[in-house]
Amino acid sequence: MASLLGRFCRKLVVPGSAHGSRMISTTACDSEAVKSLNLYSAINQALHIALETDPRSYVFGEDVGFGGVFRCTTGLAERFGKNRVFNTPLCEQGIVGFGIGLAAMGNRAVVEIQFADYIYPAFDQIVNEAAKFRYRSGNQFNCGGLTIRAPYGAVGHGGHYHSQSPEAFFCHVPGIKVVIPRSPREAKGLLLSSIRDPNPVVFFEPKWLYRQAVEEVPEHDYMIPLSQAEVIREGNDITLVGWGAQLTVMEQACLDAEKVLDFIFQLKDNWFKVSNMGLELIMQEGISCELIDLKTLLPWDKETVEASVKKTGRLLISHEAPVTGGFGAEISATILERCFLKLEAPVSRVCGLDTPFPLVFEPFYMPTKNKASSSSSLSSPLKKKRHYLIMGLHVWCRYWMQSSPLLITSHSICFFR
Amino acid sequence: MAMLFARSRNLVSSLRQNLGLSAILIKRNHSSPRPVFTNYQLSSRVFLDPSTSFRHESTAVETQPDLVQQSDHEDDAQELDFPGGKVGYTSEMKFIPESSSRRIPCYRVLNEHGKIISDRDFIPVSEKLAVRMYEQMATLQVMDHIFYEAQRQGRISFYLTSVGEEAINIASAAALSPEDVVLPQYREPGVLLWRGFTLEEFANQCFGNKADYGKGRQMPIHYGSNQHNYFTVSSPIATQLPQAAGVGYALKMEKKNACAVTFIGDGGTSEGDFHAGLNFAAVMEAPVVFICRNNGWAISTHISEQFRSDGIVVKGQAYGIRSIRVDGNDALAVYNAVRSAREMAVKEQRPILIEAMTYRVGHHSTSDDSTKYREADEIQYWKMSRNPVNRFKKWVEDNGWWSEEDESKLRSSTRKQLLQAIQAAEKWEKQPLTELFNDVYDVKTKNLEEQEVGLKALVEKQPQDYPTGFHI
Repeated sequence: MASLLGRFCRKLVVPGSAHGSRMISTTACDSEAVKSLNLYSAINQALHIALETDPRSYVFGEDVGFGGVFRCTTGLAERFGKNRVFNTPLCEQGIVGFGIGLAAMGNRAVVEIQFADYIYPAFDQIVNEAAKFRYRSGNQFNCGGLTIRAPYGAVGHGGHYHSQSPEAFFCHVPGIKVVIPRSPREAKGLLLSSIRDPNPVVFFEPKWLYRQAVEEVPEHDYMIPLSQAEVIREGNDITLVGWGAQLTVMEQACLDAEKVLDFIFQLKDNWFKVSNMGLELIMQEGISCELIDLKTLLPWDKETVEASVKKTGRLLISHEAPVTGGFGAEISATILERCFLKLEAPVSRVCGLDTPFPLVFEPFYMPTKNKASSSSSLSSPLKKKRHYLIMGLHVWCRYWMQSSPLLITSHSICFFR
Repeated sequence: MAMLFARSRNLVSSLRQNLGLSAILIKRNHSSPRPVFTNYQLSSRVFLDPSTSFRHESTAVETQPDLVQQSDHEDDAQELDFPGGKVGYTSEMKFIPESSSRRIPCYRVLNEHGKIISDRDFIPVSEKLAVRMYEQMATLQVMDHIFYEAQRQGRISFYLTSVGEEAINIASAAALSPEDVVLPQYREPGVLLWRGFTLEEFANQCFGNKADYGKGRQMPIHYGSNQHNYFTVSSPIATQLPQAAGVGYALKMEKKNACAVTFIGDGGTSEGDFHAGLNFAAVMEAPVVFICRNNGWAISTHISEQFRSDGIVVKGQAYGIRSIRVDGNDALAVYNAVRSAREMAVKEQRPILIEAMTYRVGHHSTSDDSTKYREADEIQYWKMSRNPVNRFKKWVEDNGWWSEEDESKLRSSTRKQLLQAIQAAEKWEKQPLTELFNDVYDVKTKNLEEQEVGLKALVEKQPQDYPTGFHI
């Protein structure tokens, strides 16, 4: 009994435990000072360090002088001077163009676009100029010192023009990199990497997390490598891939999917009351989820995702941006090419709807954890297998009511592995 | 020396007159300071170091006309504070007219016959410099002609000429220092030629061979050379303008004795990037010289379909930028204006706008036949009677610095050199296939490595589907 239970426990991640085996950024050691920071403070810290360590770096954009509308640039102008940290006229194509010019002269230009929703006037400069600057000149010139920061994503009340996730447009542009952090600690390390990367980078910051997310962030100068995805939660049944704020939603879905022990033990007292709903819950739950943070969308780490899907056989991708033409499509197509024979179910995408980002309808539009949980990947194939087995066992149990329910349940679990 | 000083004093007064702005009466109320201009901008006297031979006074600002004629009412004595500064009152409702009663005249030094009109605002050009300028203008003409023909023969895929704009190309380049960073549009190869780019290097880029610095990635005429401080040409129009503001700002921060110089056509001034570039340069007080080649045509779009303003020069003031209109077919005028503009930009750390009036004699490019939208007579007129090269040639010849013998020697040797360059460039090895994948990023990424492997395998398997000569 105990050994059976033991086998059972080993295979599932017990809910409420720490997030599987989380890979901690290697540069942070336990002895280094950390501070509890929210996202905008972590970004602010990164910018302070960037300007401090490179005297030829600049931060500019609309309203950055007083600290920025999200306070990411607080204290920079006072500390580094208005020559290096300054407001620009209200003109995104000018901001990015000016940044390209500065970067082409060997400086680091960290420009801010006030909301990702307003990045489009600069699209020409980003796509036709920044992305191609090195290639078209035969590497005589480059604007690698350019980093474009923009807050992106839902915020609860942003509507059409304060909630957009435009990452897909940029992922289609060879020559730039697209980076999206999920938390304060990640943001600081990834932003420093982006600023110091010798290629132009578009850095989207999940605005919802500016204040909401608080984490222990090392105070020193550290970088998190680009184009390296991280498995933030290990599992065996299904791979979930996401980035930015969506990962917190997906983590909740993972936790829900993994809940099983409590409910199975409840069955012991309630065999006669086991309803369809109860069966449903058993069927849906007990799923071990592997959650991957992509971090860099372009160029993205295919190897990590591929290895994970080859292990689990299932993939679910989730992003806020509309599903059609979203970056999930690229991941899906690539994984299908590489892991087709290992897949046990179609790749699932849980994304925003194909509408402009609505205001009052936001809760319906968003890819919530319930949408993730009820998606086909997380339910149906597993559901079918267990359904038949449980029905069979249920019938068998009615004739053996005196039998220990624990024995029965552990039998049923063993069948699935 | 005394003569030089005398000249420069005349320079001052003639600049005033040539700008023709004092023609409009200005009635000033002493108690209301001008709202737009700060003290910083008013008559800054510029003293140059002994190595340069002239001194000038930037007086343009002082003599700019008031846009509204102020009346004598008592109301005018009152002022109101607004965020942008003090503004006077008027009880007279008067709209600023859509255009000035008189168009801004253009500054010229030589008349159509190559004679100096007046000694007043003219920086003397030495024989050596003048001859070099002429040679380069003629070389540019020959180069344009030969490469155009090469395209017609199918040897290169595309070409665009600068015929009619040789003076702007060469004279502006001659007025700059080699440290000035040039961000071209695409009709300024003469600037690169002046700086020392060889005919062979031009040919290599047009053929996209192994010696092309651009590694065969772009169409012909998309030259670039970091050695010559000439940013690589890109096809999108006006994108270089805000970049020039950034480049200028970088030079300012490095305290370099250099400025950014950027070119644009009349059509390009309609782009949003024109507004962005000028506004940023003005606000950031960046040393940038914006040179607009107003050649009358943007492919088939005449300037009457491009804007309703008096050209581009009047737009400068809207951004707080000092501007001048110049006869773009007068090499000496262009030289003078660019020289002065550059000095102002660097010494005063401010942008300057130059509108060079000219005519695009050639077609827009080899993909265009301009006789479809303009009269052949018109083209012919500008080609023959308003030819900038001939005009400058006359002046140089009149000074006894150039002869017909020099002319034929130059033309034939340049032609020969070009034909050889083209022949050599054509035969030169092609770029290796790996250059398709390099430089997208600083280091080749995994997906590119995979694609390269895949492509190489495919090419080896089915070589007949691919052009030959690209070393794998």
